[in-house]
Amino acid sequence: MRNGSAGTAFWGLLARDGMGLWRRRGELLSPLIFALIVATLFPLALGPESTRLSSVAGGVCWVIVLLAGQLSLDALFRSDAEDGSLDAMLVSGQPLYLLALAKILLHWLSTGLPLLLVAPVIALALGMPPSGVATLIFALLLGTPQLSVIGACAAALTASLRRSGILLALIVLPLAVPVLIFGAGAVEAVLVGGQASQALLLLAAGAVLSLAFGPLVCASAMRMSAS
Amino acid sequence: MHPLWLWFHKTGSPPLFYRLAGRLMPWFWALALIIGAVGLYLGLARAPADYLQGESVRIMYIHVPSAWMSMFIFAFMAFCGALALIWHVKISEVLMISAAPIGMGFTVITLITGSLWGRPTWGTYWEWDARMTSELVLLFLYFGVIGLYSAFDDRRKGARAAAILALIGLVNLPIIHYSVEWWNTLHQGSSIKLLSGKSTIHPSMLWPLLLMAVATKCWFVASLLNRARTDVLEMESGKDWVQQMLPAEPAATSGQTS
Amino acid sequence: MSEPAAQLAPPLLATEGLCFMRGEEPVFGPMSFSLKPGEVLMIEGANGSGKTSLLRVLAGLLEASAGSVSHGSDDRSGPGWQVYLGHNGGMKADLSASENLRFATRLTGLRKGTSIASSLKSAGLEGFEDTPLRFLSAGQRKRAALAGVLLAPAALWLLDEPYANLDQNGQILVDRLLETHSSRGGAALITSHGLIRPAVTRLSRIPMACNHA
Repeated sequence: MRNGSAGTAFWGLLARDGMGLWRRRGELLSPLIFALIVATLFPLALGPESTRLSSVAGGVCWVIVLLAGQLSLDALFRSDAEDGSLDAMLVSGQPLYLLALAKILLHWLSTGLPLLLVAPVIALALGMPPSGVATLIFALLLGTPQLSVIGACAAALTASLRRSGILLALIVLPLAVPVLIFGAGAVEAVLVGGQASQALLLLAAGAVLSLAFGPLVCASAMRMSAS
Repeated sequence: MHPLWLWFHKTGSPPLFYRLAGRLMPWFWALALIIGAVGLYLGLARAPADYLQGESVRIMYIHVPSAWMSMFIFAFMAFCGALALIWHVKISEVLMISAAPIGMGFTVITLITGSLWGRPTWGTYWEWDARMTSELVLLFLYFGVIGLYSAFDDRRKGARAAAILALIGLVNLPIIHYSVEWWNTLHQGSSIKLLSGKSTIHPSMLWPLLLMAVATKCWFVASLLNRARTDVLEMESGKDWVQQMLPAEPAATSGQTS
Repeated sequence: MSEPAAQLAPPLLATEGLCFMRGEEPVFGPMSFSLKPGEVLMIEGANGSGKTSLLRVLAGLLEASAGSVSHGSDDRSGPGWQVYLGHNGGMKADLSASENLRFATRLTGLRKGTSIASSLKSAGLEGFEDTPLRFLSAGQRKRAALAGVLLAPAALWLLDEPYANLDQNGQILVDRLLETHSSRGGAALITSHGLIRPAVTRLSRIPMACNHA
């Protein structure tokens, strides 16, 4: 690919931020450690009976993924707004849609994917039957990209603020309600002996729509933050 | 230039808006009070009690119009936000931001009246009923828009951020509502709904409801104009037209010093 | 580009009655000027006079409150037709100069006949190519950012305080970059607080203006 094309800009941004994350790879672990600690708190709070734990395991996993995904959001655009690379992206004349998509992909690869891998472990530890775990993985595969889209939009909206604090969660969590409901609902449906297909199809529709339109919103939020 | 567009731009100019809003406001306050009084009288005194829920059904005449307003105002906010984002009309930014606390107020009223109604109906103040849960999520969306706006020092930038969020929220509202309905049927939680889905409602109950719906709309417009006027005045405080409206004050101070 | 040809060429950048307000506060304007190929224009003004805002308006990051910005060249739709260097350079502190520049060239393209190594060398950063920027001084980071400007294929440079943080050699470096750029038909708009005297042949200077109606 010729330098300066939309493709090199997309991969270049992904490579640059990926390299930056790799330099501080200790931070990549923090959502995972957070998820494991919170998962440990549930048996301590609810008691160790396996029937009670396994009945809430699906919902607990989804809430943990949702909360742990918040931890890395603030850094997604904050440093770009501070060091001027957000300006450079906007002035470059490259399609912002693709650059926003690269940011979303980066958040998913650095947070969504690791959580996707650790969530089944948590589910099994809480006593979820294997059939539920398989559905959970599939639902997370469809749901976590949407959480990254919503999160990236919120991070872009708050990038130029000195600190986003609770605001980021206040924006993301209400918008994530449908993902949570259908994601946890799919697992629940399988565990009570029903079909997960309806919830999974709705999740898939949400994933397609949010990946198509989310980068547009994220791009306009990036432009707003640079102004 | 298209005449409608010209009108829009003229009304969008702050001094003209200030004067126009000042002239319209009393009318809307009056309409809201009169229609609201009639609606409340018909609803609280004349309409029949429900055969199942008894007198407590009268909360409906506040609860339902508030719920309508809570959603209507969010849509209005997103509409103003779209105008602000696309055409940078300053007044639409002001209207959007002024509408947010009013919408939040109606959402809070809906939640409070809903839980008061829930007490005799469900035997508890809070039931995870689909409509009430959606309304609660709507309240959080209002929190987000207001919180985001107030986090910015530059109010025009804050308004743009809030406008983007209001638009995302509006697109998501039906999805959230649908997902909560779906969640409710999955778990088969509540048995009695506050309002049954049947549209056959007796005219003696329908009239007060419609009157209250009009009254809350008028109240919203009056309150919105009031808030927006104050905002415009604050925003434009350095401008000549605002200074000209306050001739008495500088004259008085100069009189004291001389 | 020869002198008469440059006179005939359409300006790369022209503004007409450009004004900017932050909220209701006038920041600058009205300002009208034009920048032809081969010219360097220095915008002078005290701290807080709106130089950075002006550059951000010209770069398209901020929206003007009134007036217009026009570009003579028609190829401004493509990426990399202008380069903007802000206060903080747009570089990641965790990455080295060459890693940062690799991203910059992927984003905006690479000028023919240049390479990352050669531009870092001419910016005086030989030996520091692979050091993460946070271990470099402010002046060295500025040099890395200038190396990025050198790599971009843009005809129009918008540089915010290019002389800031630089030692004498660094300031000579900026002069040389501007001279080379203007001699090959490029144009540059730079800001300064007024003490700097760039040694560039076709330099004109205008003060920041703020007299809104």
